[in-house]
Amino acid sequence: MMSCQQATRLMSESRERPLQLKEKMALKTHLLICAGCRNFDTQISFLRQATRAFAKGKNDIDPTP
Amino acid sequence: MSDQQTASFASAHEALNDPAFIETLRKQMVGFASLQLNDPHLAEDAVQEALIGALKNAGAFGGKAALKTWIFAILKNKIADILRSRSRMIEASSLLREDEEDEDFAALFDAHGHWTREDQPERWDHPEGALQQQQFWRIFEACLERLPPQQARIFMMREFVELETDEICQAVGMTQNNLFVSLHRSRLRLRECLENNWFTEGAQP
Repeated sequence: MMSCQQATRLMSESRERPLQLKEKMALKTHLLICAGCRNFDTQISFLRQATRAFAKGKNDIDPTP
Repeated sequence: MSDQQTASFASAHEALNDPAFIETLRKQMVGFASLQLNDPHLAEDAVQEALIGALKNAGAFGGKAALKTWIFAILKNKIADILRSRSRMIEASSLLREDEEDEDFAALFDAHGHWTREDQPERWDHPEGALQQQQFWRIFEACLERLPPQQARIFMMREFVELETDEICQAVGMTQNNLFVSLHRSRLRLRECLENNWFTEGAQP
């Protein structure tokens, strides 16, 4: 059974390279039973979204009351 | 200063013993080296070594007209040496820190490799909404600044500039696996930083 430490590493790597079928299946199985890792997966996607927005200058927000 | 001006000296040796000449030349060399090396201390060192080399060999140098060209050639070689040894240094130092960092991150997981209770990622409530808030961006920037410099540089190359992994590996001189490890550590750090400083701010422990 895959550990969270292994799962998080694989989730990171999936952002750089396609996962093999057996890796995908092992990860999916782990995510079924692990809320922490499900959150991690969503959150690193958000991290990428935020970083790219930051790079495009979308962090310049007008202050509104 | 052109090579024509250096021709006013009787010999290379004479030119290299003139303080005004050396100072002007040194400034030009430092400017050039700084652009290549991105590090003022390394640039100064490279220039010092190049000038020492030039002074040592001035006797052998006959062509005074090409003096500046010759000195810059010595400087270019010094810079190339530094760049070559630097990519090795980066690898070595990141390897050295690896044990340290593994310990930091090992603390996030228990003996079985599962998230510890305290460090397990929590659910973030509507994270996209944060992108509209100035204060979030301040915290985001602060979290980026907390990354170790080499990690930050690699993370930016991947996530800002959106370079492909092999492009980054070539540019930095690291293996693909080391790149994956570096990006993973950056994400672990940033995620934790954002969770602790924004998403669970004020949440009950």
